[in-house]
Amino acid sequence: MAATIRAVGRSSRIPLPALAAVSLVLITTALVLVFYVAPNDANQGFSQRIFYFHVSIAFTAYACFIAGAWQAFRHLWKRDPRADLQSYVCVHQGLIFGTLVLLTGSIWAKISWGRWWVWSEDELVLFLVLYLFYCAYFMLRFSLEPGPQRANLSAVYALFGVVLIPVSFAAIRLAKEFLHPRVFTLHGPNFGGWILVTYCVAQVAMLVLAYTLYRVELAGKRLDERLRELKEVFA
Amino acid sequence: MTYARDVAALARKDLLLELRARDTLPAMVLFVAAVFVVFHFVLPAAPSRLETTGLLWVAILFTALLGLGRAFVPEREQRTMDGLVLAPCDRSAIWLAKSLATLAFLAAAEVVALPLYALFFHRIGGATVLAVVLADLGICAVGTFLGAMAVVTRARDLLLPLLFLPLALPVVVGAVGSSVASAPGRYLGFLALYDLLFGVVCWASFEYVVAE
Repeated sequence: MAATIRAVGRSSRIPLPALAAVSLVLITTALVLVFYVAPNDANQGFSQRIFYFHVSIAFTAYACFIAGAWQAFRHLWKRDPRADLQSYVCVHQGLIFGTLVLLTGSIWAKISWGRWWVWSEDELVLFLVLYLFYCAYFMLRFSLEPGPQRANLSAVYALFGVVLIPVSFAAIRLAKEFLHPRVFTLHGPNFGGWILVTYCVAQVAMLVLAYTLYRVELAGKRLDERLRELKEVFA
Repeated sequence: MTYARDVAALARKDLLLELRARDTLPAMVLFVAAVFVVFHFVLPAAPSRLETTGLLWVAILFTALLGLGRAFVPEREQRTMDGLVLAPCDRSAIWLAKSLATLAFLAAAEVVALPLYALFFHRIGGATVLAVVLADLGICAVGTFLGAMAVVTRARDLLLPLLFLPLALPVVVGAVGSSVASAPGRYLGFLALYDLLFGVVCWASFEYVVAE
């Protein structure tokens, strides 16, 4: 018990307020760059600016899912007592960013093609599949009593997720050949200058934001856990 | 060699149980026939081959789900899972044996379902039969694995389709592609790759599903 409390209470290196401040600065910089500095797209005009958010959020969501799988792997392999909670929080953040991917993608589709959903966008369809998959992760997790079994099953399912990402992507590409012979190409971006700088800043901002949110949620969850253990000790 | 013997003994147990109780297989056959009748009423008159092929795969997937949902029910009802886990054999043998038994049920249901489909809708080509074989392997491997997970949760039968369908999506794509494409080689290859990949993942991680 004492060992668990100590392991749970161990803090990471970067303090949380500093992380929050950095993500605030980065997000503000990204917003300024996106709206005032990056040039208008030749074809899509102003609306193309959603690209900076949509793509960086999507990449962040992938990073969260992969980090979740990595923590799941550490739980199964090293039996690290903190890895289960870390894996769960990663997947939770991934699902939040995944929701934003679907929302921003939907808005972009509405502006570009006049419809809220298009099946021709591989990335969006893949996210929908992953979204369903990770929603099922939560159903699974909340349908089990807390304990080693829940940790194991969640970890195994989270690991399935990273196998599913490339396989699903290949499947969606393959499906297009018999469902939609016509392939949309969004734009051939000249990926340089301010566009590249803006994208990179937005990407880093999103990753730092995700990490900050991860740390905040993890701190809260650990506090809950610790409080519960203390209550048990003094009950 | 002992591993193969363990798997055979465990699979034989499931087949024997089914042979005596006849719980699952008649239900699967009846279900798939009923689904075909429902299809007739939801499809337009004289449906195209593309439309009915898609629905054939929906029928196969849901029939498989019916069998997969039952796979670990005897273990739960008779409380035999602890005994199996404690048995001196590799735990992955439990998964493999259960997958083989489920595969046998699904294949038996399809022996009825595919001629029925040909009778009601369109004839079936060799590529489709091959796709059925490859898809069954993947469906049973992944489905049995998830069935073992779902059976220990509070939600039980409710959870299996939710866990299974996103993972089965690549199978559906490969299977429908094999059935309708003029050159089905790539789709069949994709199905085989899926079977191999997820087979290995399930085999390697089943230990963690049953052991604490």
